[in-house]
Amino acid sequence: MTSNKSKNSDKAPSAKTKAPAKKTSGTTAASTRGKNKTVDAEAAQLEANRVSERSQEFSRAAREEVLEHNKTYVKDPVNASLSKEDKIRLYREMIRIRRFEERTLRVYQQGKVGGFLHLYIGQEAIAVACASVMEANDHVITAYRDHGIALAVGMSMNECMAELQGKFTGCSKGKGGSMHYFAPDKRYWGGHGIVAGQTPLGLGLAFALKYQELKGCCVCMLGEGAVNQGVFHESLNLASLWRIPVVYLIENNGYSMGTSQARSSAGAILAQRAEAYEMGWDHGNGNSIYEVRAKLANAMKDARDNQRPSIVEFMTYRYRGHSMSDPDKSYRTKEEIENYKKNKDPITLFEVTLREEGILNDEAIKSIHADATAEAERSAQFADMSPFPPPEELMTDVYWESDHPKQRQSHGSLFFETV
Amino acid sequence: MRQITYRQALNEALDEEIARDPNVVLIGEEVGQFDGAYKVTEGLLKKWGPKRVMDAPISEAGFIGMGIGASMLGVRPVMELMFWSFSYVAFDQIINNAANVRYMSGGQINCPIVIRGPANGGTAVGATHSHTPENFIANTPGLKVVCPATAYDAKGLLKSAIRDNDPVCFMENTILYNDKWDVPEEEYLVPIGKADIKREGSGISLIAHGRAVITCLQAAEILSKEHGVEAEVLDLRSIRPLDEEAILETVRKTNRVVLVEENKPFCGVDAQIASLIQDKAFDYLDAPIKRVSAIDAPQIYSMPLEKIQLPDARRVVKKALEIL
Repeated sequence: MTSNKSKNSDKAPSAKTKAPAKKTSGTTAASTRGKNKTVDAEAAQLEANRVSERSQEFSRAAREEVLEHNKTYVKDPVNASLSKEDKIRLYREMIRIRRFEERTLRVYQQGKVGGFLHLYIGQEAIAVACASVMEANDHVITAYRDHGIALAVGMSMNECMAELQGKFTGCSKGKGGSMHYFAPDKRYWGGHGIVAGQTPLGLGLAFALKYQELKGCCVCMLGEGAVNQGVFHESLNLASLWRIPVVYLIENNGYSMGTSQARSSAGAILAQRAEAYEMGWDHGNGNSIYEVRAKLANAMKDARDNQRPSIVEFMTYRYRGHSMSDPDKSYRTKEEIENYKKNKDPITLFEVTLREEGILNDEAIKSIHADATAEAERSAQFADMSPFPPPEELMTDVYWESDHPKQRQSHGSLFFETV
Repeated sequence: MRQITYRQALNEALDEEIARDPNVVLIGEEVGQFDGAYKVTEGLLKKWGPKRVMDAPISEAGFIGMGIGASMLGVRPVMELMFWSFSYVAFDQIINNAANVRYMSGGQINCPIVIRGPANGGTAVGATHSHTPENFIANTPGLKVVCPATAYDAKGLLKSAIRDNDPVCFMENTILYNDKWDVPEEEYLVPIGKADIKREGSGISLIAHGRAVITCLQAAEILSKEHGVEAEVLDLRSIRPLDEEAILETVRKTNRVVLVEENKPFCGVDAQIASLIQDKAFDYLDAPIKRVSAIDAPQIYSMPLEKIQLPDARRVVKKALEIL
């Protein structure tokens, strides 16, 4: 499956790689291969990864397990009502996230992305499931590993890729970066950098829905590392006390940067902390999109209809380090990562499922993969060709009032050092 | 004209804005059933009910963060801190979320919150309850901060703050709550960002905010009676945005200035104002800019020493005489 070459391709070749800016038809990694050998190696690795995702490689035991598992969750009303097209769309959305993240990885290694990059690779089922069960008045918010949910709610690869590079065409005009994708028009509220800092914000969005007498809920995503921050507990207490329709969705990928759950958290099941606040909770396999949809939709319905907040915790995994700055050498084994890729990958699990259901075949799969790769490639080119914001943009979007001078009611100086 | 207390003025402002805008909701510890720790919200729960006036548990980070999140969807929370000293437990929410969500989203969100409460020492409540963090807030682009000294200003500024579409931090003073001032019956607003000359004079400028304004007015009386100097007292009222022009105008008029604040000296608001004056009114100065701030130690408990620690009229007069 994955060769030993994988170790070398993890190293950042940024010092050696020159970004090939030429246009390509971009249907596969092969056609984007530049003359640079390091880029070749990376592209080859990606191709190998893709092959490894194909269900033909999937171990027999894992295959049987997923088909058995699906029998429970495919019957859940939220999944039973899915059409063939819906299921293909779910699969496509996961692939799009995977390809986008892989492409951003290369962009980062080319030195075009500053600061942090927290990849969502391995967790795709959760973001796609969440977006797919949101109803007209439901909202979602997350922390800094936000590319997955951003694409899942419908943000474009172009604006997301451009944002990473600090370009003016980015979704936050280059002012936020990787951790701060926002799309209020799609009821997605970021993109937040302080661990657990978003947990009272999600509570607040849900509070606003209740205050405005709208029937909706807010899904507040967080990692398992966030459950120990004090403000999360404050938020749980308020949610339960005031019956606020928030669903806290813990994406438990096992590691808070380099610290495993066992080394950081008391209590085996983190969602169970809800009991301390008389809140409901659920726990499940985050790699099964059917299961995530079923359990999350259930929790959201309870929040929406009965104003009962809850915690749902899904076990998942990230294949890459915490961020690109994480050498990912000290806290887990290569074997553990390979085991997940081989036997638990959420995309492969769903591919097996859909092949079994007669919805996907080789041709369809290849086409979806190729389209996603091409879309990601085009977004990288879009970002490359986009301008940076002009210096004056430092001063915009600071205050509503300074952005609306005709409606400004206050007087005096709002800024004390300007461009 | 009728006279009401600073406290009553705040109460009226809250009452009027709750009546005016269905999005306004009060949240804080003891604001409802207890009628407010300092009775600022007295009677409001009874009048408006628990949807509009919410008693919060002791969770500043939680309920202020909640208010920020709710404001992103158009709710306009007015959140009380029993003391601004308690803001620090919510500081991540205030500094990282309230101040930044608009910027980080490229202007897609705004945060029309008000956080209000007393920010003052002078009441023997010790080092952890006596903070005046207007300087920390003022250092943060994206936030606004105002410090009214009189009932008239308190009412007008609070109404303006609630109507403002940006996050406004509103700093009151428990010692000022009982002071009575002329306040009209009719509705009025005091615009944010406009300083106010509380006493005219041409001998020296005393620039202050909050309770230090009252101290400066007392100092001005002493300077007039005992030294024949007529001081001009400029009340900043608003720290960010700052009325730079009013500051420069009074300096151009008197050529001498003492800046007075109840905060500790290093990086207090007056440090910024001193920088501004020497930069833009250098040629008008006939003497160095002088500052009077709190004695540079954690706020002491012992009452006679705390009295010494905070600026008083005598200390302001003494400093003024150094440059007259």
